[in-house]
Amino acid sequence: MEARRASRTVSDPKVRHVGFFTPDPNPQPGWNPLASDPPVSNSLSPVIIPPPRQPADRTAAVPVPETGVRRQTGADQVPVGSYNPSESLLGSSPVPSSPSSRVGLAGGEFSEESNGWFRRSDSGKFASSLPDTMVERAPENSASAAPVLESKKSVEATGKGGKAVVEEQNEVQSSSKPLKAKTTKAERRALQEAQRAAKASGKEGNKSAAVSQGAAPVKPVKQPSQKKDGPPVSVSVSVSVVSFDKKGGDRPPEKERKKDVPAPRMQFDDKSRVQKAKKHAVVKQTEARNRVELFRHLPQYEHGTQLPDLESKFFQLDPVHPAIYKVGLQYLAGDISGGNARCIAMLQAFKEAIEDYSTPQEKTLARDLTAKISSYVSFFIECRPLSIGMGNAIRFLKTRISDLPLTLSESEAKAALCSDIEHFINEKIILADKVIVRHAVTKIRDGDVLLAYGSSCVVEMILLYAHEMGKQFRVVVVDSRPKLEGQALLRRLVAKGLSCTYSHINALSYIMHEVTKVFLGAASVLSNGTVYSRVGTASVAMVANAFHVPVLICCEAYKFHERVQLDSICFNELGDPDAIAKVSGRTDVNYLNNWANKENLQLLNLMYDATPSDYISMIVTDYGMIPPTSVPVIVREYRRDHVFI
Amino acid sequence: MWWRSASFILDHRLQEDPPNDIASSSKEPDTLSKLSPPQTHSSFMAAADPFNPIPNPKISAYYQTRAAHTAVVTSDWLAQAQAAVGHHPDDSPAPQTQLLASPSASGKSFCVINEFNNWRKQPDLAEAVAAIRALAAVIRASEATTMMELEIELKKASDSLKSWDTTSISLTAGCDLFMRYVTRTSALEYEDFNSARSRLIERAEKFGEISCKARRIIAMLSQDFIFDGCTILVHGFSRVVLEVLKTAAQNKKLFRVFCTEGRPDRTGLRFSNELAKLDVPVKLLIDSAVAYTMDEVDMVFVGADGVVESGGIINMMGTYQIALVAHSMNKPVYVAAESYKFARLYPLDQKDMAPALRPIDFGVPIPSKVEVERSARDYTPPQYLTLLFTDLGVLTPSVVSDELIQLYL
Repeated sequence: MEARRASRTVSDPKVRHVGFFTPDPNPQPGWNPLASDPPVSNSLSPVIIPPPRQPADRTAAVPVPETGVRRQTGADQVPVGSYNPSESLLGSSPVPSSPSSRVGLAGGEFSEESNGWFRRSDSGKFASSLPDTMVERAPENSASAAPVLESKKSVEATGKGGKAVVEEQNEVQSSSKPLKAKTTKAERRALQEAQRAAKASGKEGNKSAAVSQGAAPVKPVKQPSQKKDGPPVSVSVSVSVVSFDKKGGDRPPEKERKKDVPAPRMQFDDKSRVQKAKKHAVVKQTEARNRVELFRHLPQYEHGTQLPDLESKFFQLDPVHPAIYKVGLQYLAGDISGGNARCIAMLQAFKEAIEDYSTPQEKTLARDLTAKISSYVSFFIECRPLSIGMGNAIRFLKTRISDLPLTLSESEAKAALCSDIEHFINEKIILADKVIVRHAVTKIRDGDVLLAYGSSCVVEMILLYAHEMGKQFRVVVVDSRPKLEGQALLRRLVAKGLSCTYSHINALSYIMHEVTKVFLGAASVLSNGTVYSRVGTASVAMVANAFHVPVLICCEAYKFHERVQLDSICFNELGDPDAIAKVSGRTDVNYLNNWANKENLQLLNLMYDATPSDYISMIVTDYGMIPPTSVPVIVREYRRDHVFI
Repeated sequence: MWWRSASFILDHRLQEDPPNDIASSSKEPDTLSKLSPPQTHSSFMAAADPFNPIPNPKISAYYQTRAAHTAVVTSDWLAQAQAAVGHHPDDSPAPQTQLLASPSASGKSFCVINEFNNWRKQPDLAEAVAAIRALAAVIRASEATTMMELEIELKKASDSLKSWDTTSISLTAGCDLFMRYVTRTSALEYEDFNSARSRLIERAEKFGEISCKARRIIAMLSQDFIFDGCTILVHGFSRVVLEVLKTAAQNKKLFRVFCTEGRPDRTGLRFSNELAKLDVPVKLLIDSAVAYTMDEVDMVFVGADGVVESGGIINMMGTYQIALVAHSMNKPVYVAAESYKFARLYPLDQKDMAPALRPIDFGVPIPSKVEVERSARDYTPPQYLTLLFTDLGVLTPSVVSDELIQLYL
């Protein structure tokens, strides 16, 4: 028992480094290895799980004698070699073990019965696990187990069974801490096999089969049943990952899979990684003093300090191309803002960089250029976190680079890439905007009152175009502090002769009465239909929905992303807290003047929020007008289209 | 309206403008309602028919045909209608055709719209099928020698068809579908123009069968949802729904049907008549008794004039309120619709469609000052629909958009 507890505490920070590729912004790192696997574990809980309050008390309730037995099981597993036996063992883990393991690990409620259950189950498991190791195909045996499961919810039961084993392995491996990267691979492989087997095993039983097959699928299914115990579960699983590695003989072909997994998002509460990243950083950032607790996983730096430093470095030009440097500085200073503008600026900077690029000796263009681009990208990220559209554009560029035929000469390749970039800008952004305008205008009728929030360039184009067409309508521009982008929009609209009303978001519920349609831009649309946009959009959409006013989201398809996000905490950008502390032009509003010195004050200036799809009537995109439920279709159908001819 | 005036100055300004608008717009209803009191549908039919190729913009040709096919037929109406049909051929190829049909058609003796109208007369033929047959006729009559020429010609024909009756969704969808087929299977696959052409014609011929088959498929699919002892509420006259219920009756299912009356063309009467022939117990409701009877109902079955991209449906007036009532009482609403009714439309609300108007007979003269809501259809948003039975399978509303994206993009 002691051993186990010790292992957890030690392994915990280590597991944090596992740094698996995952789009999942879940800050609980133990999750990461699993979050990336597709169907089951779709990281359903984006909630930030507090650092493991280890259930020392609960585990303590588990009777000691088991460990011996377990060790034994573990011992005769390990030598077997590849992870197959352990996998089948997982699959076979018998029913009776399930409740006990839950109790042993996590189920506080059952602590009283735990002793009896645990003991019984454990012996049972031991007994059955041995024969099962010989069984090659797990599905069969899980299928045979299925009828037995009838009494419990089968999935849940097997889930727990699996976990019991996991836990036990963790104990076995507790002393030896292997390398992380490998482990995850092996683990994934196991998972993949489990899934394949599950698919093969057919209809009904396959659910339980899949679950019982590998440690990984076990967890997500189990998760809902015991929400409170997030940390212990994830820890145990990730440790099992470790154990997998020990046995994992053959390495799966990882490369091609890694390609389509988006790069990991850095979790800024992960100290060592932040340290590592800082070493390479061009931009020297000082961390903000009063960091907002809930958003520790996001970068929180002092604003406005880096610019002079960077500007002075401009002529050193060491790692970064000047065009890139310039654009990065513009991001940092906020001179370029707005998703499309940023994306175009970035792509054009890349284009310049590619034009000036020459392949070094003994390197291939594809590889070296990709690395170059990656370093540029990380520079951009240091300046300001990338938007999702930019991420998609980068992904596009990288696939283009890697798809270049080897026979191409360097100049040809460069020309091809530049034209690809041009193509992307024209087709995916400029033309797409035109198409969106064309679609959206059909929804504007005479006598409409349209509401626009903040400043979105597509929405502006729509309004102007509709006005040019001679439609009679009125615009309500709703704005919010601190950026007050709406004023710029308002100015441009009024200059063109549109009749406008300007209001702040505080008056939204009042003004919404007279609005007939709401037009909103978006930074990104995620595959569950969630719209990720300028902060405040969600409340505008919500109020509009409450007033039965249709909400139209105008967004180019290149900003669609297959990720799913349920809240605006996991992934977001934090703006300068000073911006909300001060009111420009008002010296009398000085209550927050020394806010940084106050220990117990944290200012939160969120940049984006997530609007749930329920509030959205329609998404206008370059593929037409679609309901938010169809975003995944577009993502699925046109993801490969990003790699156009 | 006082609360709608946050920016009241502008409202004021607007209110000064509108009088002209209102005056002008109110004039038209006036004239129309002046027309309406004395005459019943018959005279409307007569009034509408002379302009047949250019339908009266105030009256939806689609709903007129629907009424002609499915409404309750009174004797005098029938007489008038027949008279109208009788003299229709005389004036139909007339000059208006050339006005509207594209210049290319004007030189020829052939006109898509007439062709379409002829097909449309058949009560069992869906509008989309009629449209496709008309387009096939265009191919047949065409003197094009290349695929591109043919495509352009077809495009013109389909555009003129579409603009001829903007209220008919299945006409538009049918045209789009066929055009899609033509452009997809262009000359690339057939080195020979003539074979491609005959292939297209063949395809168009087949389409009629497909539409009949679609109804059969839908009827088969929906059998699982009709259980013994259930009560089904039906609104409007839908051939698919009739097919569904017919099949259920043939399968010896025990169920009863509530039919709404379906004012103003009283399609429900006709529907109940058909069901009574099948020995299905039927009860007629007036349209306003839907909420009253809803707690007895187990499911609502409706057809659709069009299925739009959001997954909602456009159907005969009254469908929306039935769906609302059913939704609030947790009753499933099932829609039976063939996939060629899927249209790339996305109405945001009820007013967001081209108005499809139709005459309404109140039986008594209506004072000219009284405005009459004469829209023939409404839009039911997807959240009030449970499932769609289509020949592509049983779909949730959100799948419609997926299918449309795959079909058209």
